[in-house]
Formats: sequence, C-alpha cells, structure tokens
Amino acid sequence: MTMAGSSRKRFTGRKVSLTIAGWVIGAIFIAPYLYMLLTALKPQAEIAAIPIDYLPSKWTWSNFTEVWKIIPLAGYIKSSFFIAFSATIIVLIFAVPAAYYVARNKFRGRTAFLLLVLITQMFSPTALVIGIFREIIKFHLVDTYTSLILIYGAFNMAFSIWILSSFFASIPVDIEEAAWIDGASRFGTLRRVILPLALPGLVTAFIFTFIAAWNEYVIALTLISTPAREPLTVGLTTLIGQYQVHWNFLFAGSLIAIVPVVILFAAIEKYLVGGLTAGSVK
Amino acid sequence: MATGSIRRGRFGALPWIGPAVVLILVMVVWPAIEMIRTSFHEIDQTGIAKGWNGITNYKNLIHNPDLPQTVVRTVIWVSVVVVVTVLVSLPVAQILHGKFPGRKAVRFAIIVPWAASVVMTAIIWRWMLDGFYGILNRILQDLGILKEPVDWLGNPNQAFIFLMVVAIFVSVPFTTYVILAGLTTIPDDILEASAIDGANGWKRYKEIIFPLLRPALLVSAVINLINVFNSFPIIWAMTGGGPGYSTDTTTTLAYKISFRDQDIGQSAAMATVNFIVILIFISIFLKVSKWRETSS
Repeated sequence: MTMAGSSRKRFTGRKVSLTIAGWVIGAIFIAPYLYMLLTALKPQAEIAAIPIDYLPSKWTWSNFTEVWKIIPLAGYIKSSFFIAFSATIIVLIFAVPAAYYVARNKFRGRTAFLLLVLITQMFSPTALVIGIFREIIKFHLVDTYTSLILIYGAFNMAFSIWILSSFFASIPVDIEEAAWIDGASRFGTLRRVILPLALPGLVTAFIFTFIAAWNEYVIALTLISTPAREPLTVGLTTLIGQYQVHWNFLFAGSLIAIVPVVILFAAIEKYLVGGLTAGSVK
Repeated sequence: MATGSIRRGRFGALPWIGPAVVLILVMVVWPAIEMIRTSFHEIDQTGIAKGWNGITNYKNLIHNPDLPQTVVRTVIWVSVVVVVTVLVSLPVAQILHGKFPGRKAVRFAIIVPWAASVVMTAIIWRWMLDGFYGILNRILQDLGILKEPVDWLGNPNQAFIFLMVVAIFVSVPFTTYVILAGLTTIPDDILEASAIDGANGWKRYKEIIFPLLRPALLVSAVINLINVFNSFPIIWAMTGGGPGYSTDTTTTLAYKISFRDQDIGQSAAMATVNFIVILIFISIFLKVSKWRETSS
C-alpha cells in the first residue's frame, strides 16, 4: 500500500516537472517569434522608443494590411511561391522514378548512384555559390527564376530520393505482383498502387523541398539582381539597408512568410519523424 | 534494400534514374568543378578569366591577414555549435518524448525555428540584441542585471557568442526531432524489461537508451557539422561578418572576398578549401556509419 502510494506520488511529481520543463522549452523556442509579432503590432512611433516597451501601447493590427502598400510584399511572395513550387515539381518528377527503381532493383552503378545522392544531400548550395555564380553567368541565366528553380531542384533531389526510396522499399512486392498479374504496366503499378501507399513520403518530400526553396537565401541573394524579382528572404532583408527601417512592417512581412510554412511543417509532423528516420538513419 | 530485379525495362536503370543524375551533374557537380578550376585561374575584377595562374590564388589566400583568425573562429564556431546543439537536444527530445499536458503545443513551438527562414530568425535576434532599441537590454535592466544598455553585436567577441547562440537555437529543433525519431523506434517492451530488471533511470538511459540512439545521434551530429560549417544567413544578417572581418567564418569569408572585395580567384581558393573540408566530413560520416554495408 505504502509503496503503491509513494510510487504514484513520485509519478505525479515527475509529471509536474516534466510539464514545466516542456513548457519552458516551448516558450524559449517561440519567444523570438512572439516578439516579432509584438513588434509587428507596434505603431511606427514606438519602434524607436527609448527605452523600448514590451507591448505595443496601441495594438496596430492594421500594420498587417498596410504592409502590402509600404513594402512590395505581394511581389516577393509571388516570386518565392513560383520558384519554390516549380523546384518542388521538378524534384518530384525526377525523384519518384529514381527512388522507385533504386528501391526495387539491384543494378550496375547502384552504389555509385546512392553515393552521389548522399554526397549531394550533404552539400548546401552555399558551399558552391562561387562555382554556381560562374556557371550561371556562362548559361546567361543571371537574374532569372530558371536558375534558382534548377539549383533548388538539384540540391533537394537527394533528400527526396532518399525519403521516397525508403518508403517504396517498405511496400511489399506482393502488392505490385498482384497488380502485374492483373495486367497493369510497371508505370501503371507505380501510379495506381505504389504512389498512394507512399503518400506520406510524397507529402514529406513535397513540403521539405518547398520550404527549403522558400527559405533559401544565399543563392537568391547572389543571382537575383532586379529588386522587383527578389524572393521574400532577399527582399525583406534588403529593407534593413535602408535609411529608415520600418521594423514593424518588416516583421509583419516576415510573419506572413513564416506562418504558412510552419503550418505546412506541422501538418507533416507525424510523417516528419518517421520520414526522417527512414531517410537518414538507414 | 533491393528486392530482386523484377521486370527490368529494356534500357535498364537509365530512364528511371537518368533525369535525376543529369540534373545533379549539371547543377551540383559542374559548379564544384567550375569552382575548383577558377581557383587555379587569374580572374579580373569583372569576372573574366585571364588564364591559368597555378597556385597564386592559394598563395594570396595564405597571406590574407584575416585568414588565421577566421580559421580559428571557424573551428570554434563548428565545434561549439554542434556539441552544444547535441547536448541540448538530448534532454529536450527526452522531455518531448514524455507525455504531459500541452505536449502537442510545445512540439509545435519547437518546429517554428526549424521551419522558419533562418535569415528571418537572424533578423529578429538582431533586433532583440540591438544596442538602442533591443528588448534584451530592457529585460536585463529591468532585472537589475545591467545598468547601461550594451551594444551586443558591436563588440566582436560578444557578437560572436550571440551568433553561436542563434546557430544553436536554429539547429536544436532538427536535432531534437531526429533524436525523437530514434526514441520512437525503441520498443516499449525493451524499456519495460529493463525496468523490471531493476535498472534505475540514469543507468537505464546510459546502457539501453543511449546505445540505441547512437545512429540517430551520429546522423544528426554529422548533418549539423556540415550545416553549421556552411551556415551563412545568421552571420550575414546579424553582423555581416563584421566589424571588419572579426566575426567571419571561412564560409562567409569566401563570399566576402568574392562579392565585396572582388577577388574571385582568391575566393574560389577559399571555397575550394571549404569544399575539401566538407568532403572530409562526408567521408568520416560514410566510414562511421558503415554506409556500404548497411545501404546495399
């Protein structure tokens, strides 16, 4: 009796400290973004107040409607969306067949191919920016979306092949064989049987690539020279260089850029954990 | 894990893997070769190659007065950020693996720095650390810790510490989730069995959980190693590597030499050295993870 009692007490004590620790961690990681929101809601006059106040004296929600007029936010979003979406489509079209073939076949050069995939996965475009810049000049693609789409597609290909092939490999071959007996082609089987089963992998690959392209900074900074063509990351940061920085509008714009990707990311949270182990811990 | 080659097409692997391979070769491998080639050429300020010049760019790089400090700083940057990230992520993952009210919200909160653009995260940190209008000064003054406001990013050493803090802040979520994934793969009955054996909490963690987490830890550590070494937006948006070159790493230095100082040859030499460092990191990873045996 006493033992059961004490163990239950310890259990609840442990639960309380676990809860507190959990909430503190959550608060730490969300705090900068909450402050971003607080700053975005301040009227212009309070941005440069000394000493700075924690909360806006007047909660200026209209900043979120004004921001579209003050900075060319719509243009930035259009650029970012077009680039990220195109890169993601390229990745999926190229990665799905490659991942499927790798998952199902032993072939000459398979090890070399997987090694190439792994090595490109490890490289960020930052490491190669000087080579990329020179190549893009040679191709006459400076200041084009095409350059960014191809680069983001290529650098994110590896992650998707990796994730998808482990999803495909986990699908029993019997299911495919049954479809073949019914007379389906290999491509038909892939489309009608395998892809629906690997949907979590597809979603994970899609969202990962989209967000990677949406958030990319250094290559866009280097290759895009026309301010009107700049994607969000570059466009918003160039505002800082200006004489009077509208921090409230800058952060309103940042939040508009951040919130959708966070929601997308959270939407795949369930698959993210599984997808990550499948993709990285082989 | 190939499951036998069934119904191989007429052209073998080519139609399936060809497009991906071509894109990777053209947009990843080609720039790498172009960069290495550039590092052995004389390039004028407009970017036009004036011909082969042997190792002159590398000589210029070695004589660059900012290089030694930058190399030391890069070693500190990478080792501190990666080690602290893993050390912080282990308990964070353990806590988030436990069941408590609001766990979903906390997991959501920790996704934010991972999903958000790093450059935007860097900007809010820069604003919080501002010498005049920064909220950190206000908090520390209200708590009585500071008397006068401090320009946190104005002094190189202080700025560098905060750059590392931000790098850790954006690396922990990813690492935590990889470790969480590792924790999820540990079957409950292993934990229960070890509990029945009478192993206490710490011993159980060290002898049973930790070894099972090793693959996840290894993967996240090496990926962090490479990401942190390559990290650009945090430094660029918060200090620009300045004042002067005092908070640059070899990655931002390579960029600066090229796009600010217009010495493309020397910059390519720096970037090629960085490239080789990453290749070494990757080969270490392949070796310790016994890549060949486990993947094919």
